[in-house]
Amino acid sequence: MQDILDILRDYGLLLAVGQFPDGPIGGLALTLILAVTGLTVSFPLSVLIGVGRTSHHPAIAWTCTAFVTLVRALPLLMLIFWAYFVVPLIIGRTVSALTTVICALVVYETAYLAEVVRAAILALPKGQTEASRSLGLSASQTLRDVILPQALFNAIPSILNQFISLVKNTSVAYIISVSELTYSAYQINAQLMTKPLQVYLILAAIYFIICFSLSRLVRLVEKRIDASRKAPVAAGSAA
Amino acid sequence: MIVFDKVEKWYGSFHALKDVCETVAAGEVVVVCGPSGSGKSTLIRTVNRLEPIQGGRIAIDGRDIHGPSIDVNELRSHIGFVFQQFNLFPHLSVARNVMLAPMRVHRMPEKAAREAALALLDKVGLAHKADEFPPRLSGGQQQRVAIARALAMKPPVMLFDEPTSALDPELVGEVLTVMKQLAAEGMTMVCVTHEMGFAREVADRVIFMDAGAVLERAKPEDFFLRPQHPRATKFVSDIRHA
Repeated sequence: MQDILDILRDYGLLLAVGQFPDGPIGGLALTLILAVTGLTVSFPLSVLIGVGRTSHHPAIAWTCTAFVTLVRALPLLMLIFWAYFVVPLIIGRTVSALTTVICALVVYETAYLAEVVRAAILALPKGQTEASRSLGLSASQTLRDVILPQALFNAIPSILNQFISLVKNTSVAYIISVSELTYSAYQINAQLMTKPLQVYLILAAIYFIICFSLSRLVRLVEKRIDASRKAPVAAGSAA
Repeated sequence: MIVFDKVEKWYGSFHALKDVCETVAAGEVVVVCGPSGSGKSTLIRTVNRLEPIQGGRIAIDGRDIHGPSIDVNELRSHIGFVFQQFNLFPHLSVARNVMLAPMRVHRMPEKAAREAALALLDKVGLAHKADEFPPRLSGGQQQRVAIARALAMKPPVMLFDEPTSALDPELVGEVLTVMKQLAAEGMTMVCVTHEMGFAREVADRVIFMDAGAVLERAKPEDFFLRPQHPRATKFVSDIRHA
């Protein structure tokens, strides 16, 4: 126990923010930055792909399905290797390890989130689309005004769940030396040499605290969504 | 106004509509009835192209609506459709449900759309619920909002697909009252319904369907008192005892 407290005292700041402010930001802060950036960039893409999956246009549906199927069949680690070699080829210059990881996380997350979006769209009663189209709204107006507002709202808990797994998935960035939380722990362990159990226990505890808190948040959101379905007053009065 | 000419509809190998020939005149109120699975809902769903047809022709004011040159969104904006399950948009307020189509399809400014919506809600007796959300309303209220929503596009014809079948018995009356009022104003209406009282009071004609075919057409009093076809006789006696 004393060991753990000592490690936290000596290396706590490194675990939290890396070299910042003297050097690049790292540690837990970078882990969260990776996860938030990954979610923010992949969310709009996943809406496009998820909607594309439900398209009646065969070429669009096929392309989106192919993307999702392919990405979901590959390990994230492999996507990172690929991004490491392929992104420079595409844009013609080398990119930082950080950019590489973000690209890989975005591609990976987009595929999974697209499935969340697609499931939420398919879960809506068919009558919603029929009612909207019967009023004369086009397919895209129906999507924008009737389907997506409901589907994305219903998908919030699943999207947050994806975010939790994204937080954990950022740890593979360590493989190409992005100094996020796991890499920081790895460095600390290399310096101490004799305390791997303690170091990795701290690492595990940090991931657990973050992800457990997030999953409590998901439950809270789920409850509020359930309540709003039974009596949607909160959203109402001013509309 | 609406002409069905030898309409044929298949779901795979199931023959859902068989050689349906029918004419609905402007201002006419036609009630379509028949046992479940007889094709009556399918029939009115072909009129706004929620269902495609495989043979024959449906014309509205002389235009072949299943023809290739028809803009389906434009077509549907001129046909009011009321569903059994209401299908209100639960994420939008009652007023917004009514305003949506005029604002999106006719590009009506928000203020004018809201005024028009409030007038329609007043007509169905629900102006005081304008800023409520649909799940907070009773079934009867929801269906009246759905009627107001359809009327917002000022359609010359309204189609009703079992509008009272999903309602508790005590809520049926308020919806029928609105429908009767519409009929009295001269709206062309095609209603799939088993409400005998409604049919006798406002319908100009009753069409009886079974197994995808129109078996009988008659004035409401004749149909309910003296049905001709044996299956119509059985149907009328069944709904009397229901």
